[in-house]
Amino acid sequence: MLAYHFTEMPYPYFPPEAEQEYGTPRVLLPNRFYDPKVGADLYNRYLDEYVYADELGLDIMLNEHHQTATCTDVSVNQSAAILARQTKRAKLCVLGTPLPHRDNPVRVAEELAMIDCVSRGRLISGFVRGVGTEVHPANTNPVLTRERFEESHDLILKAWTTQEPFNWEGKHWHYRYVNVWPQTYQKPHPPIWITGTSPDNVPWIADHEYVFAAFLMAYDDVTRLYDIYRRRTAEQGLPEPGNDRFAYLALCHTAETDELALEQGRELMWYLGRRRHAALTNPPGFNSVRTNMMMMSGIDKPRGDTFESLMAKGIILCGSPTTVAKQAKEWHNRGVGHLLMMNQAGAMSPEVTRRSMELFAKEVYPELRELDSHSRLGTGSTSAREPAAAVQQRVGNAEG
Amino acid sequence: MAEVCVEATAEHVEMQSVVGGDLEVFRGGTGPNLILLHGSYGWWGWEPIHERLAERFTVLAPVHPGFGHSSRLPGIDTIDDLAYYYLDLFAAWNVLPARIIGFGLGGWLGAEIAVRTPAAVDRLVLVDSVGIKISDRETRDIGDPYILIGDEQQPMFWHDPNANRVPLPLPGLPEPMLERMLHNAEGGMYYGFKPYMHNPKLRQRLHRITARTLVVWGDDDRIVAPSYGQAFAAEISGARFTTIPNSGHYPHREQLDRFLPPVVEFMS
Repeated sequence: MLAYHFTEMPYPYFPPEAEQEYGTPRVLLPNRFYDPKVGADLYNRYLDEYVYADELGLDIMLNEHHQTATCTDVSVNQSAAILARQTKRAKLCVLGTPLPHRDNPVRVAEELAMIDCVSRGRLISGFVRGVGTEVHPANTNPVLTRERFEESHDLILKAWTTQEPFNWEGKHWHYRYVNVWPQTYQKPHPPIWITGTSPDNVPWIADHEYVFAAFLMAYDDVTRLYDIYRRRTAEQGLPEPGNDRFAYLALCHTAETDELALEQGRELMWYLGRRRHAALTNPPGFNSVRTNMMMMSGIDKPRGDTFESLMAKGIILCGSPTTVAKQAKEWHNRGVGHLLMMNQAGAMSPEVTRRSMELFAKEVYPELRELDSHSRLGTGSTSAREPAAAVQQRVGNAEG
Repeated sequence: MAEVCVEATAEHVEMQSVVGGDLEVFRGGTGPNLILLHGSYGWWGWEPIHERLAERFTVLAPVHPGFGHSSRLPGIDTIDDLAYYYLDLFAAWNVLPARIIGFGLGGWLGAEIAVRTPAAVDRLVLVDSVGIKISDRETRDIGDPYILIGDEQQPMFWHDPNANRVPLPLPGLPEPMLERMLHNAEGGMYYGFKPYMHNPKLRQRLHRITARTLVVWGDDDRIVAPSYGQAFAAEISGARFTTIPNSGHYPHREQLDRFLPPVVEFMS
C-alpha cells in the first residue's frame, strides 16, 4: 500500500457569518474576504508540508478547485510544477485536471508533459470531470461535462502517444496541427487515474485499465464500485486488477495516543462541515435524471455524520500509529493499494499536521508498504492501449 | 392558477417515432393549426392554456428533444439545430406557413425559425421571450433562477408567488412529474447554458422576420423585464407589444383569462 499526503490548501479565515450570509464558502462568497498576505503564508506553508512529505518518504496528491475558500489550489499543473522542482522522489499525483473545464486540452497535454519531464517521470496524471460547483467558475454547460471529459481525454492521450503533427476535428475541439513538445518522460504516457462516485463512469475506467479513485465514501459504497470495476474487467477479458488499480481518499490523523488523535483530528471535520449550496453542487443536467432520482430517494452521505460514525465507515482514519495501521489495513483488505491521506483541513496547524505526517511515515507506513509486493505495486498501468475509437466501439454507450 | 390535469395529459399526449428516438407531442382540438413552443421549464402536461386554445384551434405542442419524455436526438445540440429541426418537422406535419406561439426559450426558438425561413411563419406570438442581448456585457438581461435553491426560485416566476407554483423537481413531487421536470431542467441547461439563454447574433437578424408578430409580456416579469420585450419588438418590422397586468414570466399560466383574448384575436 502506498500513501500520499494531501491538503486542499484551504483558506479558513473568512468570517463564519459570511458563510451563513452567502449560503456557501464556494463560488458566491465574495473574494474580499481573502487577504493575500495571509494567503501567501498559507500557500508557502502548504507547499512546505508537501516538501516535508517528500522527505518523509510519502507520495504527493494535489487537486484543484475554483472560486472557493475551501481549496485555494487553483491549478494542479501549477502546484505540481512547483513541487516537481522542490521535491526529490515523491510521485506527484494530480487528481486531477478537470478536463471539461479546460478549454485547451493541448495545453493540458503540454503542461503535464513538462511536469513529467522536469520531475523525471514522477507524474501521475489524474483526470476528473469536476464537481458540480466547478460548472459556474468555468461556465461549462453541465450537460456537456461528460462528453467534453471524454473528448478531451482522447485528444490528450493521442497528443501524448503520437510523434508527429496530427489533425483533430471533434465535437468540442478543433486543431489542424497537434504536435506536443515536450513528449512525456514516462512511456507511453504517465499513469492515468480517474475519480468516480457513482456507477456511471466506473465501466469506462475499467475498460481503460486506469486506476479508479474513490473519495470519502463508506466501506460498502466503495466496495460496490470496486466490484463493478472488477466485474467489468472480467467481462471484457482484461487481466484481473490488483490493489494497485484502486485508490481511496480518507481524512487522516495520527498522534501519539488515540486520545490525543481524537482531540486533534476533529479539526478535519472543518472540511465536511462547510455549507453546501444545493443549486451550485448539483446544477441541472450535471447528474443524469436517473442519478438525481436516486439521490432524492436518499443515499448514504457523510453529511450530518459524527466524527465517530465517519470513523466507523472508514471515511476518517484517526488514532495512534497502531490504530491507524489497523484502519488502513481494513481498506487494504477491501482492495485499496493507494491511500490518499487528507492530512490537513481547516485551520489545523502546521505543527499538528507535520507531527501526524511524521508519526504515520515512521510508525505506520513501513508496515503498510510491505502489504503489497513491490513487483505488483505500481502507480497504474502505462501499457500501450488500443486506439480510443476501438475502445469506444467496444464500450458502446458507457458514460465517462 | 389552474392545476395540470393528469388524465387530460394522458389523453392528449402522443409519442411520435422520429429519427434517433421519440418525440412527445401534446395535441388537441380542431380548427386552424396552432403551434406552441415551450420554454426552458418545459410543458408540465396538458395545461389549461392548451385546453382553452384547443376550443378554437388544433393545438400542436411538441416537447423539445431532451425535455419531458422526448429523446435527446443525435445532432440536435443547440437552438440553431432545433430551429432547423422544427422547420423540417413542421413541413412534414404539413402545417407551413405556421402560426407559432413561443414562450420564453420557445419564443427565442420561434424567432430563430422565423429569421431562417421567413416565409415559413405566418403569425408569430412571442411571450416573455428570451434570445437576444440588449444591455452591456456586465449587465445580465435574463434572470438566473437556476442559481436559487428549490422553492427560492418561485418568486422569480410569478407576480403572486403565493397563488402560483412551478412544479420544481424536488423530493415529494410525484414520480412521473419529477422525471418530467428533471428532464425539463436538463433540457433548459442543454440549450441555454452558454451564452446564457440567448444568441448574440439573433438581434441583428430579427429584421428578416416577415410574419405578423405580437409580443406579449407579463407586466411584472422578473426573469426578463417588459423593457426587454419592447426592445425585442422594436427590431421586428410591424410588431405590436402588449403587456398583461398582474402577471410574471408566465402570463399564460398566471393570467390565462387576460392572456387569451389578444392572442386568440391575433391568431384568428
